[in-house]
Amino acid sequence: MAGGAAREARNRGRARAPAGPGVSVSPVSRQEVAVRINGTVYRDEVDVRTTLADFIRGCAGLTGTHLGCEHGVCGACTVLLDGEPVRSCLMLAVQADGAEITTVESLGTPERLHPLQEAFRDHHGLQCGFCTPGFLMTALAFLREHPHPTEAQIREAIAGNLCRCTGYQGIVEAIADAARRMHGDG
Amino acid sequence: MATRYFGAPIPRLEDPRLLTGRGTYVDDITLPGMLHAAVLRSPHAHARIRRVDVSRARQAPGVVAVFTHADLPPALAGPLPKLIPHPALVHHKTQYALAADKVRHVGEPVAFVVADSRYRAEDAAELIEVDYEPLPPVVDLEAAVRPDAPLVHEDIGTNVCAHYTQRVGNVEEAFARAPVVVRERFVIDRGTAAPLETRGVVAQWDPRMRQLVVWDSTQAPIPIRNGLARLLGLSQAQVRVVAPDIGGGFGPKIMMFYPEEVLVPCAAMQLGRPVKWIEDRRECFVAMNQEREQIHDAAIATDRDGRILGVRTEFLYDAGAYIPYGLIVPIVASTTLPGPYKIPAYHCEFRAVFTTKTIVSPYRGAGRPHGVFVMERLLDRVADQLGLDRAEVRRRNFIQPHEFPYDVGLIYQDNAPLVYDSGNYPATLDKALQMIGYDRWPEEKARYRRQGRYVGLGVACYVEGSGIGPYEGCRVTVEPSGKVYAATSVGTQGQGHFTSFAQIIADVLSVPVEDVVVTTGDSGAFGWGTGTFASRAAVVAGTAAHLAAQAVREKALKVAATRLEARVEDLVLEGGRVYVRGAPARSLTLGEIAVLANPLRGTIPEEWEQPGLEASRYFAPPRGTFPNGVHAALVEVDPETGLARFLRYVVVHDCGRVINPKILDGQIRGGVAQGIGGVFYEKLVYDSGGQLLTQTFMDYLLPTAMEIPEVEVAHLETPSPLNPLGIKGAGEAGVIPVPALFAQAVEDALSEFGVKINEMPLSPSRLRDLIRAAGPRSSP
Amino acid sequence: MKPPPFRYAAPTSVDQALALLSAFGPEAKVLAGGQSLMPLLNLRLVRPGVLVDLNRVRELDYIREDDGEVAIGAMTRQRTAERSALVRRLLPLLADALPLVGHPPIRTRGTVGGSIAHADPSAELPAVLLALDGSVVVRGPAGTRRIPAADFFVSYLTTALAPEDLLVEVRFPAHPGAGTAFMEVARRHGDYALVGAAALVRLRDGRCQGVRLAFTGVGPTPVRVAEAEAAVEGRELTPAVAAEVRKVVAARLEPDSDIHASAEYRREVAGVLAERALRRAADRAREVG
Repeated sequence: MAGGAAREARNRGRARAPAGPGVSVSPVSRQEVAVRINGTVYRDEVDVRTTLADFIRGCAGLTGTHLGCEHGVCGACTVLLDGEPVRSCLMLAVQADGAEITTVESLGTPERLHPLQEAFRDHHGLQCGFCTPGFLMTALAFLREHPHPTEAQIREAIAGNLCRCTGYQGIVEAIADAARRMHGDG
Repeated sequence: MATRYFGAPIPRLEDPRLLTGRGTYVDDITLPGMLHAAVLRSPHAHARIRRVDVSRARQAPGVVAVFTHADLPPALAGPLPKLIPHPALVHHKTQYALAADKVRHVGEPVAFVVADSRYRAEDAAELIEVDYEPLPPVVDLEAAVRPDAPLVHEDIGTNVCAHYTQRVGNVEEAFARAPVVVRERFVIDRGTAAPLETRGVVAQWDPRMRQLVVWDSTQAPIPIRNGLARLLGLSQAQVRVVAPDIGGGFGPKIMMFYPEEVLVPCAAMQLGRPVKWIEDRRECFVAMNQEREQIHDAAIATDRDGRILGVRTEFLYDAGAYIPYGLIVPIVASTTLPGPYKIPAYHCEFRAVFTTKTIVSPYRGAGRPHGVFVMERLLDRVADQLGLDRAEVRRRNFIQPHEFPYDVGLIYQDNAPLVYDSGNYPATLDKALQMIGYDRWPEEKARYRRQGRYVGLGVACYVEGSGIGPYEGCRVTVEPSGKVYAATSVGTQGQGHFTSFAQIIADVLSVPVEDVVVTTGDSGAFGWGTGTFASRAAVVAGTAAHLAAQAVREKALKVAATRLEARVEDLVLEGGRVYVRGAPARSLTLGEIAVLANPLRGTIPEEWEQPGLEASRYFAPPRGTFPNGVHAALVEVDPETGLARFLRYVVVHDCGRVINPKILDGQIRGGVAQGIGGVFYEKLVYDSGGQLLTQTFMDYLLPTAMEIPEVEVAHLETPSPLNPLGIKGAGEAGVIPVPALFAQAVEDALSEFGVKINEMPLSPSRLRDLIRAAGPRSSP
Repeated sequence: MKPPPFRYAAPTSVDQALALLSAFGPEAKVLAGGQSLMPLLNLRLVRPGVLVDLNRVRELDYIREDDGEVAIGAMTRQRTAERSALVRRLLPLLADALPLVGHPPIRTRGTVGGSIAHADPSAELPAVLLALDGSVVVRGPAGTRRIPAADFFVSYLTTALAPEDLLVEVRFPAHPGAGTAFMEVARRHGDYALVGAAALVRLRDGRCQGVRLAFTGVGPTPVRVAEAEAAVEGRELTPAVAAEVRKVVAARLEPDSDIHASAEYRREVAGVLAERALRRAADRAREVG
């Protein structure tokens, strides 16, 4: 982590607003950021080059978001930014200042899985588990927009996430089943 | 023994943890005061190092230390250990922790920077000045064996490090009298395993405990522990190596020692602070071992009915710059080639060749895809030449079910005779043909053509060596809580060992599977073992778990017999309790027995062997067990664009008795997906200077959910006689026949163009080349 | 793979952004959606002194109909454009191409202006802009100017933008009554295509008019092949005409070979896609006509 030691979230308020449009801005090397992740605001002063992924893993200590390629292809680091899926390796932490991030840790717990997670377990949608958080976050956003998807839609939706273990079949079946669990047969 | 879990498709016990982001991969480990390392790697394929100047790097912000070869302790300055020697491997050259005076491939480590963040470690690595004298690269495999080739290792005077031949029968005579002889050249190019988690190492030296703890994304924690102890001058008890959750391995994570596996612990000890190094994706492309490159000149001789009289192959095996892992891959390739067929005369001969490319060691399949590609392609040519049905040619040559055990006449990778233990090859083929609709195929193909579509069918057979020794072990302990703890050193990279081993143990001890907690890959939990490779974990460690659980069961009965004043034969273990047959009230729980087995007073009877309700057992199979399978698929090709896609994919697999069908199917499907990647998407491309042009996932193309079809899987169960559970390995099965199958299907789809496929992988562009070259009918 | 050091500024207005670009000139690099720039930063293949992040410039996020064109603010996300009813109604060619740009999480961040300004010759949106005879609106020290697509794409990853310039708007002309199609051959879904073809055609009595053909992946910029367009103009799309289009396309294009496809492959397949895209565009012209 390029920034200092992780700081505990101190409040649940909104991060400060950026400078107004009339003011001139000067480039900086370090900047304080406040990012709300899964409802908790994490503040830290970071080197501006710190990626959002490293902020989530390092400063916030949420290691469920994984780094598989750091160039935006594998999708393992996918999180939701204000509800939309993004690659957290292709954003800077400073860009997420004031934003709302959702990571895999916001879903269920081992004792009480989210229906999407249950479906992944029941359909053997994971093996090593490394790509899984990225798939879950991608699927979560996808199912919100497509509550009753076809198999072809599912495959296209997850084509930006690489899995090296499963051959995808269990993942596709899991997402289809999760749609039924979450939204009924429609 | 009541079988409740063995064979049941139960969901995996590890999944809730992994699904909620609570797995612990190496990069998830953060320790107080931890430093971060970056490696400066060679930008040259081949160069002499004249000078390394790290003075600016040492001054850079946040830098704590910079190591070059000159800074290494003597034990780490020489070549790293030679693994798996072989009499034919006369030049067993191994890699260095940091390059001494020469670099031999792009990506070879030259310096090791430790700083307070990875960002700053990378900044500092850029400040290191290395004066390289470029030397001629050795890239092309055939050029590398010519007498005038530049030498990768000058002192041995050749690039050929091994030349090995195995023979069965009189091959010359077989070819001399054969009415049908086909000769072909087959080329398979380089690929990489590309696990989603790259390699990584975290090490912590505790000066008070005088203990080194290493978290390593490895498939072989125990050999790493043993080697580190020797290299660092510690006792094995002072070193604990943990392979935590591993984000995929597929072979290359078994190589020991990768330079970083010694550099990180060494730096942690010297600096007195924990050190983390995580391989980034670009490093993974140049610094993690690769595989697949082989060139076979092969021939087959048959009678007029297509019955095999003899087969021969002479091939070149690209070892890369060093050959730490020995000759496993080419031996596996040459011994997998005979497959399910009776081959009275066989000659296989290979040369292992140094090139200035990344080191080669097994990647899922490990030579098996090559052997199967050569054999199946040869049989396809025979079928073409004789006008025979391709399935019929195979059927005529199958080893028959009554002929087991079947001695192929070769020595396998485990140095034991290659003897197939069991199987029913005709039944496997018949099932696959039935599933893919082989009988109706001519009409189906014609129907597609009427629609303007070019669809081909492929079918390929294989026998896979699995479950080899030397041994694995497992300790099973019932604690007073009644929970069962099992530990084996075999690590897991997603294969579901936490569940499949628990299923085996739960059945023997008659407890709920959720009450069996399995620990894998931690030398602190179980200190003997070799690793997860060669589709062996379920067979070897699974059997050890079974034996250990049985020993615990016997002990539970003995201890209970004393307390319940009954004979062992009159006791029943059921539902986690031992009771007297006919008097269920006279009972003890396993937890109560565990307390009795570890008394505070009194004594331990000799027949209890040891205190506690615990036993360790080892399983050391004298030789491997041999699953087999047939894959069949329909592939559609667009001859104008060269695009190809799988319409259907069918697998019939026989790996003996099945522990967990859900897990097994996952292994098969994942293997098929990697196979499909390896035939049409993934290719490592080196330029003539030895630069790897494919160093990102933008250029090295892993298939996605859009490219991988649904895979229909069926199982036959021919038990192995070599272990009490009757199981065989399955980890590599999916990947093995895909090149052979794909080549045949594409040829079938393009039959009217007369395209011949003797190479893998293909691409749309390459397929167009072949269509164009096939002749004047190439413009549809 | 961590970005090299740089300084960072996040203006909230175009004026602020322009001031930064003027102050830092070639040292500055504009960060739009980041889906191309961030990988290059992580790989340390670019080393800007100052990164000027446009993501807080809200005034550049819009899609509106304007004078027969659709004007799209440079920072409009590709995902927003993909979901836009206006784009679907007036720019079916863009609607065809957008789902082929990467994957949904890429399009969530990736912007229309960023893709145009990055000027990757394999990318879809530059070819769409060229096929539709679109233009970009640029603001710089000398004020605002409009640059036609044909003049904007100069070479590989190179445009007519000066270091102090900011691309603020992309203008796609609607072509009412025309049929369009975008087709590509990619190694995998979502990859940059090996070759792509955008076609636009009107039909009058079954004869093609106003034909436009633009290609990706076959040169240092997206390219139109005027000779191929002329070969179809005023004629019916018969097999003979289609064959001529293929031949002309293959003859006129001068693509490079790379690790994914040979030059010869790209020439051939450009011809194949030209024919296929024309046919589909003609079918659609028939529907709208």
